[in-house]
Amino acid sequence: MSETNLVEAVNKALAWELDHDKDVVLLGEDIGLNGGVFRATDGLQSKFGEQRVIDTPLAETLIVGMAVGLASQGIRAVVEIQFMGFIYSTIDNMISHATRMRNRTRGRLTCPMVLRAPYGGGIHAPEHHSESTEAIFAHMPGIRVVIPSSPLRAYGLLLASIRDPDPVVFLEPKRIYRLQKESIEEAGVALPLDVCFTLREGDDITLVSWGAMVHETLQAAEKLAEQNISAEVIDVATIKPLDMKTILASVEKTGRCVIVHEAARTCGVGSEIAAQLAEFGLTFLLAPVQRVSGYDTIMPLYRLENYYMPSVEQILSAANAALEYA
Amino acid sequence: MSNLKNTQLSLESKKRLLKEMLFGRRFEERCYEAYVERKIGGFLHLYSGEEACAYGILDAARPGNDYVITSYRDHIHAIKSGTDPKRLMAELYGKVTGCCKGLGGSMHIFDVDKHFMGGYALVGGPFPLAAGIAKGIQMKKGEQICICFLGDAANNQGTFHESLNMAKLWNLPVLYVCENNLYGIGTRIDRSTAVVDQYKRVSGYNIPSRQVDGQDIEKVYAAAVEAIDYVRSGNGPYFLELMTYRYRGHSMSDSNAYRSKSEERIWGKRDPIITLRDRLIEAGEFSQEEYQTMDAEILDEIESEVIKFAEESPEPPKEMLAKYVLAENDPYVTGGRR
Repeated sequence: MSETNLVEAVNKALAWELDHDKDVVLLGEDIGLNGGVFRATDGLQSKFGEQRVIDTPLAETLIVGMAVGLASQGIRAVVEIQFMGFIYSTIDNMISHATRMRNRTRGRLTCPMVLRAPYGGGIHAPEHHSESTEAIFAHMPGIRVVIPSSPLRAYGLLLASIRDPDPVVFLEPKRIYRLQKESIEEAGVALPLDVCFTLREGDDITLVSWGAMVHETLQAAEKLAEQNISAEVIDVATIKPLDMKTILASVEKTGRCVIVHEAARTCGVGSEIAAQLAEFGLTFLLAPVQRVSGYDTIMPLYRLENYYMPSVEQILSAANAALEYA
Repeated sequence: MSNLKNTQLSLESKKRLLKEMLFGRRFEERCYEAYVERKIGGFLHLYSGEEACAYGILDAARPGNDYVITSYRDHIHAIKSGTDPKRLMAELYGKVTGCCKGLGGSMHIFDVDKHFMGGYALVGGPFPLAAGIAKGIQMKKGEQICICFLGDAANNQGTFHESLNMAKLWNLPVLYVCENNLYGIGTRIDRSTAVVDQYKRVSGYNIPSRQVDGQDIEKVYAAAVEAIDYVRSGNGPYFLELMTYRYRGHSMSDSNAYRSKSEERIWGKRDPIITLRDRLIEAGEFSQEEYQTMDAEILDEIESEVIKFAEESPEPPKEMLAKYVLAENDPYVTGGRR
């Protein structure tokens, strides 16, 4: 057991899998000798060698295309893209090839690759270095999109993602890379994919979130508790495919729901959750579903960043709107 | 490079390749008819005229063992890799007996057993995948190589340059075969490409390359033997540019109006099948009558076996629409250990 922050948990999960599965390799820019721009792969090349932890040219399209080719040889590539904003040139290979290998070969080949990238705002960097565009990937058939919100979930979900036989986009909320430490038993135990984690149980309102925003959401739940309002907090964790069963069961109990995400509002994953609540939960909803989100704008430079990021106050305001609805 | 390799085709091989190329031509032309009859749906890109490229290169390789990846003009590369023509035709017909269960179609032929790693609709798309396959072979210390066949227009994609850099940097076992048919759909190469000679473009990556007459299978084979020997010996990538010509339009919907009749006549006189046939006849090793018998047998086989199989096969059930997207009931999904 050791006290570990989120980025160290990523490192430990990668190390475990490199150590226990000889077919796992890491690919990325500056991940080897340099240890990664956020140090997620620190020390791994010296431990596992240049053939397992591979420094690549600065060519994101190629890196992901190669991961698809490597999968055909039984090799499980874990690709690091330095920032979410550099991921867009990989989309061609993700949507055109990685997500379709199982389908194209009618199940004979799959593409067990992981595309890791730090994502989200709060580190005072503009646009490409701070954005949350997870919904782009969530829209693709044939893919999983996984987002941890704590060191323990980063460790367990990354292990599960590497072992998953299909492609996984694993987005790491970099604002909370070093926010908290948790005790992690380095035993290689994965957490389940495709399920939500209920972080706090409650009866009056359901707060749904993922990534770094889980922390603001938990703070909001704490404030609501001070007003004797019992909020259930759900960390979605796998945003594609969505575990609507857990969310619907919670909203059936509470009748009210606030969805919190950092990404732009239009066609965000919150839209899909709200749509499914309307489709399958209309009879037990006591108030309109509330969304607290980023704006449909380009991620601003640091002086305006606080205006963009959803706040505890906004979550409380949305919760009160839902609670006060007749 | 070893000098011991025989780069000459034996008489027996020439006769066999003549028959294989003629089969390829008749297969493609029969696809044309089936498309016009609306038996084949989707898009269709025919290889007629370019036969010496796939047959010449792959005859020097280890088809079914070496990995082959190519574009949407992919039927013949699959056949030469070992895909059963009956299952290929059934695939084009969209039947469940097809090599991709009737869900892939002409542009997306895949045959994992034969190491045929796909036809791809996106121009230049296979370059990074080929680099990955080759890297995988290298990591697994395999004796195979990856052969990446693509057209000239694909070389204007960024993936071409990213992949060449990587392939040379890591000395990956990949043979690039550029089938230069002079046109990217209707745009002639000198209207789209600053350096028209494709083999010159790879010199910036220190990759050895050659330009070869792609209409002469003996020349293609000889170049392929040397190139494959170079790659398989661990020297890294090699690039062959085969000068060729497609007789049909880019696809079935292409009227082919951008090429002059005189240009088509010039290339028609350099037909790879006729060239090899006439050479064998002149040498006294083959006769016109034998050729006609061969042709009749091929036409009969295509009709009575290949087409019959495709026609009589059932369509895929609609339940297949939802299959092969993500693993079903997979233990890893719920966190189980392998």
